[in-house]
Amino acid sequence: MSVIYILLSISIIVAVIFFIAFIYAVKNGQYDDSYTPSVRMLFDDELVKEQPKKTIIKPKKTN
Amino acid sequence: MDKATCFHCGDICNSERITYNDKLFCCNGCKTVYEIFSENDLTCYYDFQNAPGAVPKEIEGKYDFLSQENIIEKLTEFNEGKIQVATLYIPHIHCSSCIWILENLSKLNANITASQVNFDKKNVRVTYNSEALTLKDVVLLLSSIGYEPYISLDDFKTGKEHINRSLIYKLGIAGFAFGNVMFLSFPEYFEVGEFWLEKYKHLFRWIMFAFSLPVVFYAGQDYFISAYKGLRSKLLNIDVPIALGIAVLFIRSTVEIIFDLGSGFFDSLTGLVFFLLLGKFFQQKTYSFLSFERDYKSYFPIAITKISEGKETPIQVYDIEKGDRLLIRNEELIPVDGILINGKARIDYSFVTGESETISKTSGDKLFAGGKQTSGVIEMEALKSVEQSYLTQLWSNDVFSKNKEEGFTTLTNAISKRFTIAVLGIAILATSYWLVVDSSKAMNVFTAVLIIACPCAIALSAPFTFGNLLRIFGKLKFYVKNASVIEQLSHINTIIFDKTGTITSNRKSTATYEGDSLSNSEEILLKNTLRGSNHPLSRKLYDILDSNNIISLNHFEEHLGQGIEASHEQDYIKIGSASFVGATETQLLNTTVHISTNNKYKGKFTFYNSYRKGISKLFNKLKKHYDLVILSGDNEGELENLKKLLPSKTKLIFNQKPEDKLEYIKYHQTEGAKVLMVGDGLNDAGALAQSNVGIAISENVNVFSPACDAILDATKFNKLYQFIKASKSAIKIIKWSFILSFIYNIIGLYFAVTGQLAPVIAAILMPLSSISIVVFTTIATNLIGRKLE
Repeated sequence: MSVIYILLSISIIVAVIFFIAFIYAVKNGQYDDSYTPSVRMLFDDELVKEQPKKTIIKPKKTN
Repeated sequence: MDKATCFHCGDICNSERITYNDKLFCCNGCKTVYEIFSENDLTCYYDFQNAPGAVPKEIEGKYDFLSQENIIEKLTEFNEGKIQVATLYIPHIHCSSCIWILENLSKLNANITASQVNFDKKNVRVTYNSEALTLKDVVLLLSSIGYEPYISLDDFKTGKEHINRSLIYKLGIAGFAFGNVMFLSFPEYFEVGEFWLEKYKHLFRWIMFAFSLPVVFYAGQDYFISAYKGLRSKLLNIDVPIALGIAVLFIRSTVEIIFDLGSGFFDSLTGLVFFLLLGKFFQQKTYSFLSFERDYKSYFPIAITKISEGKETPIQVYDIEKGDRLLIRNEELIPVDGILINGKARIDYSFVTGESETISKTSGDKLFAGGKQTSGVIEMEALKSVEQSYLTQLWSNDVFSKNKEEGFTTLTNAISKRFTIAVLGIAILATSYWLVVDSSKAMNVFTAVLIIACPCAIALSAPFTFGNLLRIFGKLKFYVKNASVIEQLSHINTIIFDKTGTITSNRKSTATYEGDSLSNSEEILLKNTLRGSNHPLSRKLYDILDSNNIISLNHFEEHLGQGIEASHEQDYIKIGSASFVGATETQLLNTTVHISTNNKYKGKFTFYNSYRKGISKLFNKLKKHYDLVILSGDNEGELENLKKLLPSKTKLIFNQKPEDKLEYIKYHQTEGAKVLMVGDGLNDAGALAQSNVGIAISENVNVFSPACDAILDATKFNKLYQFIKASKSAIKIIKWSFILSFIYNIIGLYFAVTGQLAPVIAAILMPLSSISIVVFTTIATNLIGRKLE
């Protein structure tokens, strides 16, 4: 069998894998909110900085 | 008084000032929120944004209904075992601090396991342990930190929201197939006749065929459906030639590869569908935090307190029956028509009538649904159920179930009719010519004409022009529902305005004083007396008057529905209605507040509406092109003022009930008027729905506006004319791009008619025309946008 069949099937398989990844991402709602994640990723540093300071989380009963 | 601002909410600290941790707060509420945050190490909240907070409101008893099982069931999207998940709409979400604090709710209460914000939709999805924490606790926690969720009857009905993602799928499939087919068809463009190409081209063609199948039968199915619907109702819409083009492309290409006549046009086919869907996607600009479909349900509460046998139980609004005793708390909305039984009612009917002054009612008076109680607790007896109430019946009018887009011929569809006929004519002419000259080429020419004339560029002109303009308008705080609204806006010839809340500002009003001038000490006393009162008129007057020193009053008494009396040292003051103060009652349409000091009548403050900035200018600009009408639910008190302010040919009509407004518009539409209605309250809802274009003016777009076609931020009201002008320019742009695409079509038709349309020409011409249309419309609309700013 010619090598072109192998190459063709590999290229199509790779393309289809990416296509499935795209469908999967849409299905999981990745494209529903395109703004909040961009803000959220900037927060992580602040949280890491704070964590060592406090050991007990006070469950505060408000109201 | 200097303008020190609150560390938490950023408001100017007026009378009350609290210093805590070296920080200034405007009230106890703000301080408490700060305390909660600092105790839990969450002061980062204040790092992202200056003064991001909101003052927590009094909510005692307001959310008692959330402890009911069936209501919890409706509001939560997941409820099993120990875990509940609820999505709450929080209007206050506005900055990164909000996202941060709401996603760290677990630090405030360990029973909340996760919380996720959707900023565009302004909601937060909270996951919590329902054994240790109820939904009510979550809502109370959010309220206590200034993020009070908004729960209305709307949440109750819709249940689980279904997101339609099919367009993204279709776009993905078309794009995927387009890219792959392009690669596969590339070798044959050069027709080198090489050995290996000859050997494998059949394989390549069949793979292309396989890729095009989902494009035609899934991604492109909307065009076939729409074309079929159009033909059935005898309408040659733009989708007819598109569907014809897709079908001919697919059939001819398939025939070509079966009989080994050529490589087919799969590249053009997939590209065509991909570009068309891209246009559709671009046009679909949605403002997820706005809703254009609101009716009374968004305003109404989910539950109300019912009194039976001395016990207070929360019941669902839909369960209210005739004869039920209901308890309405301060700031709560009256959900049904009824009779006041107990308590002093001071009802704000601004939702219903647009009239901003509150109305006092006493026991035995009739209350209408939609009013908001503004002073204390009242008891009432329901006379009707929710659906039968006066206000809610407005929604049973036909206009609310009608789709405005039907019966409106868009520019694209108007042109596609002639276009389709012309293309079919050319195809038949060319075919008959070739039948005579060289019949072997006839079929080839016929299909080639249909393929090349497929109006891809025409179909893209409107979506890209309107889509881009929607975005530009959105940036300028004019939120338009969809593209067809812009097109309708360019056709209007009559503009009707509501008065209260639309051309007048809700926030500010002006008052003039008539009578003996007040001495300095009297002024101080007046201002300080007003300070103690919560009556809306007192608040208004307090804001209007210059600030004075703060003195403590010896005596202060408020008489509900009448006025206030107060004394300081020897001075004694009475503020209120004419009869209360001892003035002679005069029949006046405007609201007045009378004042007497030491039992001597001094004078009165008369309130006037304060009109929005630039209103005269706007009307003078508009009067040259449009018929202008003001339809007001108010009395004629402002007639003289309006006459002075507005151009003389403006029609002024007062005392209009919601149905009257609707009928007025309907009548003028039958006479050929294309009406733009500009309104604000629920009372305009019918008129907004009936009009060709209904624009709701909103002081705060996050709060509620009635169902409409567009929402305009109140601060941009004076730009209304520019927006209309821009939509007219958009139509011009579309016409120009039609001309541009005709030129491409003529070039293409030359190849097609002469029988020399090679796949490579189609593959170049089609994307080229589409892309140049996209570039042209984008640049042109951006130029309009620049003029708007």
